[in-house]
This record gives sequence, structure tokens and C-alpha cells, in this order.
Amino acid sequence: MDQQHEQARVDGHARTPVATIADEHRRNGARLDSDLARQAAAGRTVRDDAAVVFDLDDVTVSYAGFPAIRNVSMQVRERMITALIGPSGCGKTTLLRTLNRMNDLIPSASVEGTVRYKGADLYARHVDPVEVRRRIGMVFQKANPFPKSIRDNILFGPKATGMTFDADDLVEKSLRGAALWDEVKDKLDSSALGLSGGQQQRLCIARAIAVEPDTILMDEPCSALDPIATGAIENLMRELREHYTIIIVTHNMQQAARASDMTAFVTTEVSHDEDGRDRRSGRLIEYDRTEVIFGDPRDTRTEDYVSGRFG
Amino acid sequence: MTSDVRGAGGPAVDLRAGSRRLGEKLVLTLLWVCAAASILTTVGIVVILFSEAAGFFREEAVSLRGFLTGTTWQPFGGAQGKFGVLPLVAGTLLVTVIALLVAVPLGLTSAAYLSEYASPRTRRILKPVLEVLAGVPTVVLGYFALTFMTPLLRATVGQLTTISVFNAASAGIVMGIMIVPTVASLSEDAMSAVPQALREGAYGLGATKRHVVHSVVMPAALSGIVAAIILALGRAIGETMIVALAAGNLPNLTYNPFEQIQTMTAYIVQAVQGEAPRGSLTYESIFAVGALLFVITLLINIAAARFVRRFREVYS
Repeated sequence: MDQQHEQARVDGHARTPVATIADEHRRNGARLDSDLARQAAAGRTVRDDAAVVFDLDDVTVSYAGFPAIRNVSMQVRERMITALIGPSGCGKTTLLRTLNRMNDLIPSASVEGTVRYKGADLYARHVDPVEVRRRIGMVFQKANPFPKSIRDNILFGPKATGMTFDADDLVEKSLRGAALWDEVKDKLDSSALGLSGGQQQRLCIARAIAVEPDTILMDEPCSALDPIATGAIENLMRELREHYTIIIVTHNMQQAARASDMTAFVTTEVSHDEDGRDRRSGRLIEYDRTEVIFGDPRDTRTEDYVSGRFG
Repeated sequence: MTSDVRGAGGPAVDLRAGSRRLGEKLVLTLLWVCAAASILTTVGIVVILFSEAAGFFREEAVSLRGFLTGTTWQPFGGAQGKFGVLPLVAGTLLVTVIALLVAVPLGLTSAAYLSEYASPRTRRILKPVLEVLAGVPTVVLGYFALTFMTPLLRATVGQLTTISVFNAASAGIVMGIMIVPTVASLSEDAMSAVPQALREGAYGLGATKRHVVHSVVMPAALSGIVAAIILALGRAIGETMIVALAAGNLPNLTYNPFEQIQTMTAYIVQAVQGEAPRGSLTYESIFAVGALLFVITLLINIAAARFVRRFREVYS
């Protein structure tokens, strides 16, 4: 009941009553009974009526003609945390970078199929990747603050995109939004590289939200961080979900179970080309609510992965 | 319980170096000798330069102060000669500044193009071509300045002002072309070494390529870029052949790039060719000018090192 209460408070504008995942989880009688399944079922809400932000239809991404991930069709909904999980090299990051045209920076990369963002084809001829990236921010695996002051890191994007802004307000708002303000408010003009790894990653999140994007893509943002810093980032993600759509690639299944609303499981499939050589490419195996993926997956490959029998 | 340990009490294993260790020592000695030889040569050059220059300043006709502040350079009059080095310094600086005005913009834009815009294929072809330019003998470039650049200047700018046959502008422009590969190639190395993660961070925020280049790549590569410019500057200041052929041999305290001048290096060539007798004032003045050239280059290097330490953006 507490959870429903919480839900009503958070989601006061929801048009349809929404059951918590935990309730549904209990009704369904989950197949898996693990810590992950319990974490995944704890106090989570998925709004079935949330607008579709990304609509992928049969998307294949290739490097130099070889598909890294193929035939992905999925819909990502607004203001939720969607996790992409799967073994190393399965194409999760490639898929993520397709969503804000970051793969354009790799000359050999090509995309087939359609990626629609709020109804617009991201790969249509007239689309400017710079404009795409302004709306769809990105946080990287390794924190990559610019070798400039904390303030200049925040203001870089707004200056680059020609926003009009009040510098002091924007710096404070962005740093508060990334739960970093109290730690750095007295040293805004010192180098961002003097911050700890976890602080640097939160600065990168602050930098991303300073340009007021709609969506934030996170590529294993906690893989280089200790558990405390990871916890801080996960708390932050839950706060950011109020305003942003978040897609996160993670190797850490606990993280996906704890933090995400929806989970997509991607894995590597081996096929043989006409010469009999192995061709490895990623496939989207299963995409569902996080509690279903971790508690009651439909595909045995997903079940093997989330229960630790593979990968 | 010694019986537990196999071989205990028997002859110990021989752990001494075998004979092949001798060869290693030989190689080490050889390497040390080579390294020491190059350092000793440098030290020797500096010592001779300054001891001969000191001999010049011990002469009654000259003083260090008069040498550094004098504005007339008439070194061939024996004891009646005037040894005020400023016209030579001014000539050197004039040509060098012109060279840098040509080389820095050309070199940096070439570097930015090669590092950030060119396709890998284009870069593979263009960079070696650019570096070939660094291998053109300077005497050829000197001829190029005298027989191509000077007539070109006279046909264009010459409509507005008088341009002497030998002039600083022509030598300076060609010298600038000479050092473009140094600036471009080393700056390109520095820009390419900027981690891709920094570029992606900027692109991820919606930055355009132009913004990424001048706000992320250039500042992060600054120390390498400044080092490239300093190296090019050193080559320009020390360059002899182009100025000897195209800039003239008239010690002339002027800022007009279209007049004939003489640089410090060109004077040294002139004096040596004039067979100044050993021990004469003219002969000794060569070393004084050489020592000054050395000190100027050294000061520029120190200033650049400080500049880099203060302004570079360390990204590791």
C-alpha cells in the first residue's frame, strides 16, 4: 500500500491507475526467486500510457559492412529508465550510440532500418546530428570532463549550442540537478580534474543536463566507480527520471535490477557466412519490464544470463 | 630436518652470470660513450662560443653595454669599427616575425585539417607530402625567394611602395613556408594525441565540429602546439641560407620589411667569407654575435616552457 501511495504522489498526473510492479509480480508468481528478482520487483512503476520516445524498427548497425547488432525493434518510453544488459561485445554500446548519432564519428559505421525519435526519423537526410545530440545527451563509460574549470565544463554545452543563459544560475541549477552542488560550490573555478571519479561522473551528468536535453544516454556510467559513488549515481538517476528519459547500458545486473524500469537483454549470436566463417552480431533477445526480465523471463537465454549461468 | 630439502648439503646451484653478460656490458658501455659524446660536444661548443666571445669584450674598442645597445654595425673598420649589434638583432627579428606570421596560421590550419577533418586516406597521403617540404635544401628556398618571391612582391605590393631587390619580406615569407611543415606536423601530432573521449564528450553536448576543434582540441593540445612553434622559431632564427641570399647584407635598423637588412646569421657568413684574420676584432665579433644568438634562442625556449606550464590543459 505504501508503494501505491508513493506512486500516486510521484505520478499525480497519470491518466490511468497504475499497479505497482511488485503487486503484479506477486500475482504472476514469479519463476525466478533471486535477490535480483526481488530488487527488480521492489517499488517500481511502469506507466503503460507513457509516450514513445524512441521507436526502433529493424535496426542493424554495421562496422565496415559487418553487423555489430542486427534487426532490433523496440520502443523506449518517456521518463523511464531503460537498461540495456548483455555480455561484453554484444553491441549494447553500439545500439546506444545509434540513438544520438554518435556512431557518425566512426567513418565505417552504417545504420539500416529506422530510428524514430518522437516521430522524427533520426537518420533522414536533412537531420543535423548536432541538433540531435543537443536533445539527446550522453554520459560516457569513463568520466571525461574537459581539462577546464568546473564552471567551464558546465557552460561548455550551452555556449557551444548558442543558448541564452544566466551563467551563475545555470551552473548552480545543473550542479544541483546532478547532486554535486554542495560538494563543489566553493571551488567552481578549480579544475574539474581535481574531483574524484564519482564526482567527475556526476559533473559529466551535470554538463549533460545543462543543455536541457530530453533524453540522457548513459554508457556504463558506473563501471569505473566504487559502490558508494555508484549508489550516488543510481539515486541521481531516479531523481532525473522525473524529468528525463534515461537509457543506460550496464554490465552490472544488480544495477539494472535496482535502478531501471524496463530492461532489454541483448546477446551475441554466432552465424556462419557463405565461406563458413563465424559472424558474431548482437541480437535483442527480450525486452520487458525489469521485474519480468529478472523474475519471469520468457527466453531461456535471458533466464540463463540473469541467473548467472552465462556471461 | 635437512633431508626434506632436495639437494641440501650438495653443491649449490651456480647463479653467477654467464659469459654472455660480457656482451651486454660492452653494449652498455658503447651506448654510454655515444650519449656522453653528444653531450660533451654541446658543452664544448658552448664553452668555445662564450670564451671566444669573452675575448671580444676584453678589447678596448668594445664594451658589452655598447655592443648590446649600439645602433651602428660597421665591423670591418678594425679598431675604428662600430660594434652596436641592434641592427643585426632587428634584422633577425624582422625576418623571424614575418616567417611566423606566415607559418603559424598556415601550419595550425593545416594541422587542424589533417587531424580533425581529413579522412584517414587523405591524411595518409598529405602528411608525408607536407613533410617532404621540410626536406627542401634551404639554398634552393633562398633562390626561390630571390628569383620568384621578390619579383612577385615587386609586381604586386611594389605598385604601392619601393621594394629593394634584397628585402626582409621576401626572405621572411619563404622562411615561413620552410617552417610550415614543422609547425603543421608537430601540431598535428599533438592534436591527434588528444583523447577521443574529450571530443566525444563535446559532440555529446551538441557541439559543432568547429567548436570542438577550437574549444577542446586546440586548448588540450596547446603545449604540443607551442612546442612546435618554438621549434619552428628556433629554425627561423638560426636560418642562414635564405637570408644570406635574399635579405641582403646591409646592417639596417628598420622595421620596413621591403628594405635590405642583415641578420645575425648572414653577418657571420659574410665575416667568415671575408677571411677575417684570426684574433682580429672582426673575427672575434663573430663569436659575440653567435653567443647572443644562442642566448636569445635559450631565453625564448625558457619563456615558452613557462607559458606552456601556465596555460596548458592537462587531460590525463
